[in-house]
Amino acid sequence: MSDLADNRFKVEISFKVNAQPKTLRVYPMERLLDVLRLELGLTGTKEGCGEGECGSCSVLMDGILVNSCLVPVLQAEGSSVATIEGLTTGETLNPLQQTFLDCGGAQCGICTPGMILAASYLLSRKEKPTVEEIREGLSGNLCRCTGYNQIVEAVAEAVRRRTIA
Amino acid sequence: MGSDRIIGNSVPRKEGRDKVTGRSQYVDDMVLPNMLFGATVRSRIPRGRIKEITFGPGIAWDEFVIVSAKDIPGKNCISLIGDDQPCLATELVNHPEEPILLLAHPDRHLLPQAVESVAIDYDPLPPIFTIEESESRSEIIWGEDNVFKTYLIEKGNVDDIWATADYIIEGEYSTGAQEQLYIENNGMIAAFDSAQGITVWGSLQCPYYIHKALMELCQLPAEKVRVVQMETGGAFGGKEEYPSMIAAHAALLAIKSGRPVKLIYDRMEDMAATTKRHPSRTRHRTAVSKDGKILGGEIEFTIDGGAYLTLSPVVLSRGAIHAGGPYYWPSVRIRAKAVATNVPPHGAFRGFGAPQSLFAMERHMDRIAQAVGLSPIEIRRRNFLQPGETTTTEQIVREPINLGKLLNRALEISEYDSKKQRFANENRNGDTRKGLGIAAFLHGAGFTGSGERYLSSVVGVEGCADGSVRVLVSSAEFGQGTKTVLSQIAAEALGLPYENVSVAQPDTLEVPNSGPTVASRTAMVVGKLVQSAALGIRQTLVSSKLLPESYSADEFRTACRQHVAKHGQFRSWSRYEAPTDIFWDDEEYRGEAYAAFAWAVYIAEVTVDLTTYSVCVDDFVALQEVGKVLHPLLAKGQIIGGVAQAIGFSLYEKVVWQNGRMQNCQMTNYIMPTSSDLPPIRVFFEELGNVYGAYGAKGIGELPMDGPAPAIVNAVVEAIGVPFDFIPLLPEDIEDRLSADGLAASPQQSGVGVAR
Repeated sequence: MSDLADNRFKVEISFKVNAQPKTLRVYPMERLLDVLRLELGLTGTKEGCGEGECGSCSVLMDGILVNSCLVPVLQAEGSSVATIEGLTTGETLNPLQQTFLDCGGAQCGICTPGMILAASYLLSRKEKPTVEEIREGLSGNLCRCTGYNQIVEAVAEAVRRRTIA
Repeated sequence: MGSDRIIGNSVPRKEGRDKVTGRSQYVDDMVLPNMLFGATVRSRIPRGRIKEITFGPGIAWDEFVIVSAKDIPGKNCISLIGDDQPCLATELVNHPEEPILLLAHPDRHLLPQAVESVAIDYDPLPPIFTIEESESRSEIIWGEDNVFKTYLIEKGNVDDIWATADYIIEGEYSTGAQEQLYIENNGMIAAFDSAQGITVWGSLQCPYYIHKALMELCQLPAEKVRVVQMETGGAFGGKEEYPSMIAAHAALLAIKSGRPVKLIYDRMEDMAATTKRHPSRTRHRTAVSKDGKILGGEIEFTIDGGAYLTLSPVVLSRGAIHAGGPYYWPSVRIRAKAVATNVPPHGAFRGFGAPQSLFAMERHMDRIAQAVGLSPIEIRRRNFLQPGETTTTEQIVREPINLGKLLNRALEISEYDSKKQRFANENRNGDTRKGLGIAAFLHGAGFTGSGERYLSSVVGVEGCADGSVRVLVSSAEFGQGTKTVLSQIAAEALGLPYENVSVAQPDTLEVPNSGPTVASRTAMVVGKLVQSAALGIRQTLVSSKLLPESYSADEFRTACRQHVAKHGQFRSWSRYEAPTDIFWDDEEYRGEAYAAFAWAVYIAEVTVDLTTYSVCVDDFVALQEVGKVLHPLLAKGQIIGGVAQAIGFSLYEKVVWQNGRMQNCQMTNYIMPTSSDLPPIRVFFEELGNVYGAYGAKGIGELPMDGPAPAIVNAVVEAIGVPFDFIPLLPEDIEDRLSADGLAASPQQSGVGVAR
C-alpha cells in the first residue's frame, strides 16, 4: 500500500498518555496495545495472548483497568491512559513496584507491568483489601512463574506500608 | 571475609528494577531499522507427501520474501541430538505444524492473509497419534520400528522374586501433554551481513544450542554466528530446543532479504506448534512382602515423543532413572521407551520426564499401601532409601538424608493426623469430601550420568577496568534469578559487596559455553565454576602483589584497576571437571546418575465438590532438602511457582488433540490456574549441604514439578474412595466415574492388587 492510500484510512486521535497529550494519525481499529508500543515506543505494555485472557497488556484508561489488546484505539479518543512507564517518577519507584521487588513478585517480568497496574487499580478501589480480595482482584492477570503467592504478598505489603505511612 | 554475608541472604534481584518499571527489553520490544516481519507456512495435515505448492490470487507476492528449503545454504535440519528434523519440509510432512515455507514483508498486517493464501496439495498418508498406535507398528513413521530410544535398567534378579512375594501389585498410570505457557511467546530477530555473518536476538534458554544449529544450517564458521539472549519472559524448558527452529527461520529470511527480520509467534501458533511435555504411560508390577517391603518390581515407562527425535532420549533417561522414586529396590527392571507419533515433537518441560514417572510411582505406593493394609505413611516409611543403600542404578546414597524425618516434619506442619480424623467425620455427610495426599520424591541435579563431562562447561569471571567484576556465562535468566545467584556466588568468593558484581547478557561473542540453562544445573554446576573462576581472579591479584591476602573492597577495586591498566583484559576461566568418585556406565545405565539429589515430601489437602465435581486444593505443604539455600526469597519463589504449575498439570491443563493438532491452543480454552484458584503454598527447607555445588547448593528449579500431581490425586482418591490413575483429572472425569460407580464407603483401589 502506498503512503497516500495508507493515510486515507487513518484518522486523527488525541488522548493523554501518562499525563502527556498526544495527537496521532492511526487506523481506527488498531489496538491500543500496538499504538502504545509501536507508535509511542511504550514497550512496557506487553502482549501475552492477544485476546484479553492474560492481562499482560493491562493499562489504566480514565482510571479503569483495561486489556489494551481489546481496545480499538478510537475508543481512547479524549481519554487519559496510564502505562507502567507512568508509575515511576524519575528514578523513584511507585510503592507497588518497590514491594514487588522486595517480596519476589517479579520473576521473568513479562506479566509484571500488567500485574502492577492491576494491583494499582485494586488499591485505588479498596483502601484495605483482604487477601481474598487481592486474589480476586488479580485473577484477570496470569502469571506462570510465581504461583501468585509472592505477588499477593507484595500487594498486601504495599497496603501495610500505606497504612503505616 | 564472613562466609554468610551474601550467600543465604535475599539480596535484590539484579534485573528486578528494570522488570518492575517495564524497562526490560524482550525480543518483541526491539526494533531494527528497515526490519521485515516474518511468518511461517505450516503443513495442515499430520502425515503426507507434498505434491504441489500454489501461491493463491489476490496477494502481491512480488512484495514478499519467500523462503523454501532450496534457500538453505547448509544442511536442512535443526541439529540437536539427531539430525532428523528438517528446518523446512520438502517432500514429506510428519506432523500438522511442520514448517514448509517462510514469508516476510515490511507490513506485518499483510502476513496472515498471505499465509492463508498458500495452498499446499498433498498425497495423505495414514497417521498415528498414540503410544499404542505407534507400538502396533501398523504404520512405520520413524526409523524401522517407530522407536526413538530404549533404556534398560536392571538391578539384581527380579525374575526370582515373584515366587517369594506375599503380594504382587500392578497398576497402569498415564499423564497428558502440558503446555509450558510462558507468558512471553517465542520470538527471534535475525540480521545478516556477509562480513559479520548472522546475528540472532531472542527469547531463549540455550544460546549455544542455537549457535550449533545455525552453523550447520547456514554453513558458517563459529565466529560468524552470534546468538544474543534478550530478557526472556518465562521458559520452563519450552525455550530449550524450539528457539533453534525459529532462529533458523528468521536467519533464512534475513539472509535472503538482506534485511533484519522479526519472527514472533502469536499465542495460538506458539501453543500449537512448539513443544509440550511428553504424554506418558507407566506400568508397575511390584512384589511386596506381607510387612510392606518392596522386594522388587518391573517398571515399564513409555513416552510419546511426537514426530522427531529432538530431546526425547534425554527426557526418557531422566524419567526412567526417577521411576523408582526415593525407595530402596532390592531388585528392579526398568524398561523405558520413547516412540514416534504424528504430532508436533514433545520436548523439554520442567521436570523433564520425572514428573511423569514419579506420578506413577507415588500413585502406585498408595495402591501398594491399600493392598497390604498399611497407611500411605507407613508404606513409604518402610521403603525409603537410607544412606549407604543403592538407587535403581546402583548409585550409593552418600548424602546423610533422612527421609523418615522429612516425612515426619511434613506431617507435623500439615497437621496430618488431626485433619485426617476430622475429615473422616466430616466426610460422612454433606456435599463435599475432603482428603489428604502424600508424595515423597527426589530430583537429580545437573545433567544425567556422563552429561556434565560431555558438556565440559566453561565459565569466565572478568576483573573490569573500573574495578568491578563481571561474570561471563551462557546461562540465561528467565525468572529463576540466574544473574542474582551467580553474582552472589562471585561476590562471596571474592569477599566483595554484591553490588560490585554483574553478569553479562548471554551473547556468544562475549561469553563462553557454560552449557544450556536446564536440568537444575545453574546454581549447582555453573555456580561452582563461577566460584572457582572468581577465586582465580583473586589469586592472580594476590600473587602479583597487587592485593594482600586480606583486603577491603576498595583495595580489591584498586588492585583490579591496576591489573587491567598494566596487562589489559583481565579474565579468569574455569572448566568443569568431573569428580573422580563419580562413575557412570552409559552402556549398562548403571552408576552415579547425578552428583546430588534434592529430596522432598509434599502434602496436599483437597476438597471435592460432589455437586460440581470440581477439586479445590485447600492447603499445600512443600518440604524439601535442596542443599544450601543461596537466596531464600528466590528459592521459595521457585518452589511455589513449580507447585502452581504442577497443580495445573494435575487438575486444569488438558491438551485436546484432533488429527495431531492441539485444538485448544488459546488461553481461553487451555486453562492454567489464576490467583483465585490456588491455595497458599507453604514452603519449607531442610539444608544438608552438598559437596559438589557452589557453597553447598543443589538444583532446585525442577523439583517442585514432580510431587504435586501424585499428592493431589492421592488426596482425591482418599476423599472419594475412587481410584484415578491419570492426569489431568478434570471434573468431567470425576463425574463420569462417580455417576457410574457411586461413592465408595471407604477408599478402594481397583482390584489389581493380588494377595498370594
